Amino acid sequence: MYSKILILRFPKTEVHKPLVCHLVKDYSLTFNILNATILPRKEGIMVLELSGARKNFMEGVKYLKNQGVHVQSAAREIKRNNNKCIHCGACTAVCPTGALSIKRPEMYVEFDQKKCSVCELCIPACLPRAMEVRPTNKTFF
Amino acid sequence: MKKYKVNKTYKEINDRIKSGEVVVATAEEIINIVKKEGPVEAARQVDVVTTGTFSPMCSSGAFINFGHSVPRIRASSVWLNKVPAYAGIAAVDCYIGATETCEDDPLNKVYPGEFRYGGGHVIQDLVAKKKIHLKSTSYGTSCYPNRMIEKEITLRTLPSATLCNPRNCYQNYNAAVNLTNKTIYTYMGTLKPKAGNINYCTSGELSPLFNDPYYKTIGLGTKIFLGGGTGYVSWQGTQHNPSVKRTKRGIPVEPAGTLWVMGDMKKMSPKWLVGVSLQGYGCSLAVGIGIPIPILNEEIAKFVAVSDEDILTQIVDYGHDYPNGISKSYGQVSYAELKSGHIQFRGESTPTVPMSSVVKAREIAATLKNWIMEGKFSLGEPQFTLPN
Repeated sequence: MYSKILILRFPKTEVHKPLVCHLVKDYSLTFNILNATILPRKEGIMVLELSGARKNFMEGVKYLKNQGVHVQSAAREIKRNNNKCIHCGACTAVCPTGALSIKRPEMYVEFDQKKCSVCELCIPACLPRAMEVRPTNKTFF
Repeated sequence: MKKYKVNKTYKEINDRIKSGEVVVATAEEIINIVKKEGPVEAARQVDVVTTGTFSPMCSSGAFINFGHSVPRIRASSVWLNKVPAYAGIAAVDCYIGATETCEDDPLNKVYPGEFRYGGGHVIQDLVAKKKIHLKSTSYGTSCYPNRMIEKEITLRTLPSATLCNPRNCYQNYNAAVNLTNKTIYTYMGTLKPKAGNINYCTSGELSPLFNDPYYKTIGLGTKIFLGGGTGYVSWQGTQHNPSVKRTKRGIPVEPAGTLWVMGDMKKMSPKWLVGVSLQGYGCSLAVGIGIPIPILNEEIAKFVAVSDEDILTQIVDYGHDYPNGISKSYGQVSYAELKSGHIQFRGESTPTVPMSSVVKAREIAATLKNWIMEGKFSLGEPQFTLPN
């Protein structure tokens, strides 16, 4: 089971077409619409969670792109700006997963992104504001 | 008869710096040297021990002279990147304090506030050679008719910019805990409820005033590493309180001595003056300071051999006691224990969290060591040492 939250942007020429239903019908995917709106210039934006077999997911996304829909992953990740980090350790007070930890005895602050749950608590807790949240740049299509 | 077996003067050490023969060790390196060789032999071998600390130091700021405009202005109010600077001094002088917040900052209206930009950030941006927007208003006088100026300033174009920090380098500080049922946001960082974590904020054995606990070598004119440049100790800092309880080797077990330091900002670097945002509390400036301690005799060699096991501090409740002015200790703990990551507090293993960067403190001590060994940095002999 593969599942991602996607941001879909429909150009105004496509916005009236029933596209998303084809994801269910032709690609055996399920979806949960989290947000949908039509903007003043008639472009549509939809945020949906799309789930199914990985292969079907990829093909479904390919189908949307072929229809002129702009597809973007809504997944976010935390990155550390290493130029800003002063290795004080204040962030380790709030990190609930241990992704931010202190390497002893050197006292470096280590950031293990694999352990990060993107709770974002470290962002305001960091004194020089070295922790940044941004969209994942992993492309899956 | 002389009191000590080893007797060196500042001049002798400075001559050795000039001739390149000087022997320098960092405050970490000296520990084993003294352990192995004893203080007398260590004092014979080593001339200078370098210390370092890097952490938020709120009592910091800079005097800035921004030059005269045409027509002239007698500035009554000054803003630097929208952060108010104190202008109640002469015509185009002002003082930007590290904790001053940006004028349109929402502060703690939505708690806890983020405090993204303040005086500390202005100082960092200045030393990073960024353009700063200056606005100044006045009421106009015969000799200074201008009532408002706005201009871009950079560190290079300023007639003068002097870092002047009235209280830095605290000799010891509380370890903070929160005994209430709610998370609190303090100048000691985020403290989780029911003693969820204990935060502390000195660099321990690397910290300058732990290595010279009775200020035998530190006073007006002591030359220091300040913000990546050179600075001086110019007085005892505000709240300097040497007469607190001390351990047998002289280490105060609670906040004690402080330093008033100043230096030319034009030679400083944004790496060692970092604007910081303390969530729910405010803005500040992390300052890098390193003090060279001349090993004038074996007594000083003994002092600089202090290690984290010997340095103790008090655990203080910042949830209720501290805000209400109640001074009560919930236990005494060593920096060796605090740096280990966990301590036993009220029968439970409690995580400890540093606010002071040991990594950067070590880098400062090493940098200062190199400066001295390369002959680029000589010692300043104090006119008088700080009150003890």
